Amino acid sequence: MDKTYNNKAWLLVIPVFLLVAISAIIPIMTVVNYSVQDTFGNNQFFWAGTEWFEDVLNSERFWDALGRNVLFSFIILSIEIPLGIAIALAMPKKGPWVPVCLVLMALPLLIPWNVVGTIWQIFGRADIGLLGHTLDSIGINYNYTANVFDAWVTIIVMDVWHWTSLVVLLCYAGLVSIPEAYYQAARIDGASRWSVFRFIQLPKMRGVLIIAFLLRFMDSFMIYTEPFVLTGGGPGNSTTFMSIDLVKQAIGQFDLGPAAAMSLIYQLIVLLVCYVFFTVMSNVGAEKPEQGVED
Amino acid sequence: MLELKNISKKVGNSFHIKDVSLTMEKGSLNVLLGPTLSGKTTLMRLMAGLDRPTEGDVLMNGGSVLGLPVQKRNVAMVYQQFINYPAMTVYENIASPMRVAGIDSETIDRRVLQAAELMKLKPYLDRTPLNLSGGQQQRTALARALVKDAELVLLDEPLANLDYKLREELRVELPKIFAETGAIFVYATTEPQEALLLGGQTATLHEGQVTQFADTIDVYNRPGDLLTAQTFSDPPMNVIPVEKRGPKFFAGDHSVDAPSNISGLRDGSYKVGVRPHHASLSKPKSKALAIDGTISTTEITGSESFIHLNADQTNLVALMHGVHRVNVGDDASLYMEQSKFFVFDANEKLISAPKQAGA
Repeated sequence: MDKTYNNKAWLLVIPVFLLVAISAIIPIMTVVNYSVQDTFGNNQFFWAGTEWFEDVLNSERFWDALGRNVLFSFIILSIEIPLGIAIALAMPKKGPWVPVCLVLMALPLLIPWNVVGTIWQIFGRADIGLLGHTLDSIGINYNYTANVFDAWVTIIVMDVWHWTSLVVLLCYAGLVSIPEAYYQAARIDGASRWSVFRFIQLPKMRGVLIIAFLLRFMDSFMIYTEPFVLTGGGPGNSTTFMSIDLVKQAIGQFDLGPAAAMSLIYQLIVLLVCYVFFTVMSNVGAEKPEQGVED
Repeated sequence: MLELKNISKKVGNSFHIKDVSLTMEKGSLNVLLGPTLSGKTTLMRLMAGLDRPTEGDVLMNGGSVLGLPVQKRNVAMVYQQFINYPAMTVYENIASPMRVAGIDSETIDRRVLQAAELMKLKPYLDRTPLNLSGGQQQRTALARALVKDAELVLLDEPLANLDYKLREELRVELPKIFAETGAIFVYATTEPQEALLLGGQTATLHEGQVTQFADTIDVYNRPGDLLTAQTFSDPPMNVIPVEKRGPKFFAGDHSVDAPSNISGLRDGSYKVGVRPHHASLSKPKSKALAIDGTISTTEITGSESFIHLNADQTNLVALMHGVHRVNVGDDASLYMEQSKFFVFDANEKLISAPKQAGA
């Protein structure tokens, strides 16, 4: 059978193609280009092969930053997901308080990262900040510029304050979509509060939880603004996450090659982790039916 | 035995259930028949103990159960939506009420397999509900209600979301299956046809009130009042206001002999109800009352035709066998068979029903 060709289709694809090219393909290919070359200025480039990748993967600096990122994302997820679920469960399902709660929850999401950073930076200062001063005066020596633990706590609190509501809103959307009859059926069965959560609410929230998990992982893994505003990566290198390290290398030291190699590795990690998370989480409890048994 | 004594449920200023009294025996099949929003679900929630009545009392085997929370009442309920635990397998779903009750796993296993056998779920025990068809999901929910060995089984339009064929199938099986358990079986439906198929007893509901409660056949053949008759008729019963003068009923330009058993009653206004399948466009051999009007709609469903007629004061429907060619907008007369008259007095109480059953 003859196929009909209609070349007009290309015309329709061009806008999307241009958009993706400008926003994704060209920037990424530029980075790839940098990562395999070396330059000494004057816009002269020399082929460097995989040298930069080897350098990055062999440097302690990279592994330290990666370690911090992993630890940070782990802490963020293990606080924000349970906390978000708990708050969503506690929110009213109907009545005049619903819009109030929703607006309150949405507020932090409207605030830009650097503003959140600045707010907490000032809030935590011992001389003029309410929190810092109060802690100081009750005898807790809190100083995020000198103490590694304090700096981490501050950044984590910032992120939890900023982003837990995203998890809350997603979970809430999942919760309100559960028909009332499920709760009735559970009551008739005599199911406990925990069973209702474990066997009705949690499974029904699975879809939105996967999304919350992925969003919060990606976002916390690329953390940049908060530590940058707070201490610029300090004290020492203690809050120098990969993104901060990357900027230091690329713009501070102008080592384009290693920075490009590092950002590619960074991207591969995010891609890989998200793929694994998504595959695992969407398969939990949703096995496909066996073949052959059909009605 | 379940007794509802003058129960009412008031929400805000409106009564969702008003002064309902019903007595249901052990092992009986009771149908709650009424249109949407007539209070079937509310009544079931009150029976189950999910809600407390504003007034009145609910008695189980002679003792009040108003103070008992629902989980201690030993009831089972199945809904219009297919409600199962989404993350559990079919087996675990069926077993769940028994697990809560703390029954040993051997008994659980035996009863789950038994229920699965009855509900034809054996091949699907390892699946989760999401991987089942709608009919299988509802059968899982029914199996869960079955194994509970409940005293009171409430089915709230359980077949409404199933396709036609499955509905027919389950409708026949369900009463048989549940009759064996000896539970009080309550079945809510909007379809008169379903009530007739199920048999047992029927309570017709209208705006939160029970208009009649008796054997299903009797409610159908001798509805106590006009409301009950209209609830228990699909398509709706034709109601024709008539004037009785002497031994005759007059409606518009036409007249017919009044049924002989009431010809002696005093003259005045009466209402005559005729089910659509006893109305016809062609003049029957027996006595009939003609009503003139214009044809407004015709619906042909398979081997039957619905013909809607706009008459002087009312809209009438005739259900005729066969496919008829009728033009919308034509003037026509509908003939109501006199032998099938339900006659209601000015208070809409039944005073005469067709002598032969099967109206």
